[in-house]
Amino acid sequence: MIRLFKVKEKQRELAENANGGAPTKKQSPGELRLHKDISELNLPKSCAITFPNGNDNLMNFEVSIRPDEGYYFGGTFLFSFQVSPIYPHEAPKVKCKTKVYHPNIDLEGNVCLNILREDWKPVLNINTVIYGLYHLFTEPNYEDPLNHEAAAVLRDNPKMFESNVRRAMSGGYVGQNFFARCI
Amino acid sequence: MADTAPPSKSRDLDKLLLRPGNLVGPTFDPGVQLRDDLQEYARVLVVGAGGLGCELLKDLALSGFKNLEVIDMDRIEVTNLNRQFLFRLEDVGKPKAEVAAKRVMERISGVNIVPHFCRIEDKDIGFYNDFNIIALGLDSIEARSYINAVACSFLEYDSDDNPREETMKPMVDGGTEGFKGHARVIVPGVTPCFECTIWLFPPQVKFPLCTLAETPRNAAHCIEYAHLIKWDEAHSGKAFDPDNPDHMKWVYDEAVKRAELFGIPGVTYSLTQGVVKNIIPAIASTNAIISAACTLETLKIASGCSKTLSNYLTYNGVEGLHTKVTEFVKDKDCLVCGPGVLIELDTTVTLKKFINMLEEHPKLLMTKASITYHGKNLYMQAPPVLEEMTRSNLELPLYDLMDKIPKDVLHATGTIEKDNKKSSGLRKLRVVFKGVDGVIDMDMAGGA
Repeated sequence: MIRLFKVKEKQRELAENANGGAPTKKQSPGELRLHKDISELNLPKSCAITFPNGNDNLMNFEVSIRPDEGYYFGGTFLFSFQVSPIYPHEAPKVKCKTKVYHPNIDLEGNVCLNILREDWKPVLNINTVIYGLYHLFTEPNYEDPLNHEAAAVLRDNPKMFESNVRRAMSGGYVGQNFFARCI
Repeated sequence: MADTAPPSKSRDLDKLLLRPGNLVGPTFDPGVQLRDDLQEYARVLVVGAGGLGCELLKDLALSGFKNLEVIDMDRIEVTNLNRQFLFRLEDVGKPKAEVAAKRVMERISGVNIVPHFCRIEDKDIGFYNDFNIIALGLDSIEARSYINAVACSFLEYDSDDNPREETMKPMVDGGTEGFKGHARVIVPGVTPCFECTIWLFPPQVKFPLCTLAETPRNAAHCIEYAHLIKWDEAHSGKAFDPDNPDHMKWVYDEAVKRAELFGIPGVTYSLTQGVVKNIIPAIASTNAIISAACTLETLKIASGCSKTLSNYLTYNGVEGLHTKVTEFVKDKDCLVCGPGVLIELDTTVTLKKFINMLEEHPKLLMTKASITYHGKNLYMQAPPVLEEMTRSNLELPLYDLMDKIPKDVLHATGTIEKDNKKSSGLRKLRVVFKGVDGVIDMDMAGGA
């Protein structure tokens, strides 16, 4: 290829910026794949998505979920999504921004959802993640607990679990922890 | 009778460059001119000045390349010294790129190396275009993906969808991990690019959060608990910095406490670093082997003295020595290096009309398309909040929305119907505006 290099070098010396159309920043493949996922979103009425950084930065967005059945009926829960440049090779990072009394969500907002970590596959997308999160509210389970007190109560005393959840959502204390109103 | 003059410094190179052979590349032109041209005209960028980077700089300089540049954002650490041989104990704390460049220039006469102490993303795209070949000594998928996207962005196709040779930016990518390594040749448009084969990577190991929180079974679980869960609890708001030794020590101490609680052995400071930073211990010989392969390929590409390896070499020295070369094929639909679909338009065509055109284009047949250009979402069909935000663009000419550039790439995602089956597709589109010359910038410069 040395001949090509010589030609290029001569061109470089002759014209500093012959074509002003030098390539500018392109989108990473991760952003493109995310764009595809977002444009195909098919969310139920209970889930809504917002883009605080405007319509051009899709890598960070928020999803709010209002379960329409189950223990968490009526509450509104906000999640933040952070998508990496090598998406879908890496799962999006999701944290719960609403303090919630839930066996699978801890008080710092970490969410225990298998498809966000060990079961993530590039063939999954944002839609499936949002459905997975919704599922956590309609079917909380005590077998993968991040909040073991909540999990124990759900397992041993579902009625008390129900009243704890209602008290937390209305704004109140469960044990030592205060939960702000989210209903 | 014996010649007492010392052997020429380029004695070995001369054997490759000055005489013909039967394994040479198709355009090989042996002779002194070739050897001198390599020195004068070939410009190579080495990305990374670590384990592979140091070896690459040495090897390339000794192989006749005299115009080198190296870019690395890190400073030298004590643990680098077992293999990054250009560095000494007194260099700890200094920028790797600068020390590496200085040391090689001290030992090899005639070579000129320009160091760049910064992140690869901080450089203008035009910076990378100045080089003829880019040699990669990187340590992450993300960095490789970035450089690959930059190098492939220079690639242009003609109207028959053939790649134009003068726009190809060859890359030689090396990687090592303990006793294993790879070297691959990437010629955009010819061989698969990094993105074409990214699906080869296995998923990263991620432990379930609940295992970390409730039922840790090994040392790595304890470390990740401290790193991912306990850190936020104790330092809410403050981001964990893996390069900050105080942060790392805090994680190590917490991991030890947790391990004691559960009776799990094996938590050490170096394991903590390994788990948190995803580090695998490195050895000098693997780096030397892979760098040699990469340098040889760089020499072959630049001079044509032999056919290049085609196109992916793997090396495994765990037990004995195993090496294999696999020929991967490029993905014709690759979003990064593929030709995409060529579309020629008038400058008056609106975005709305463009989206409708995609439905009937024989190579696309895409309905309900959403369009994105250089990170700007020109129109999104969904979700409703974005559709509203972008609806006003529909009536504008696409030419204006694309900043009046005569030709460029954009991407469309929508529903594609093929053989009566509907599926979603993401396609690269090469848009060329008719009747607009490439000299439009010079015109404006003269008249304005």
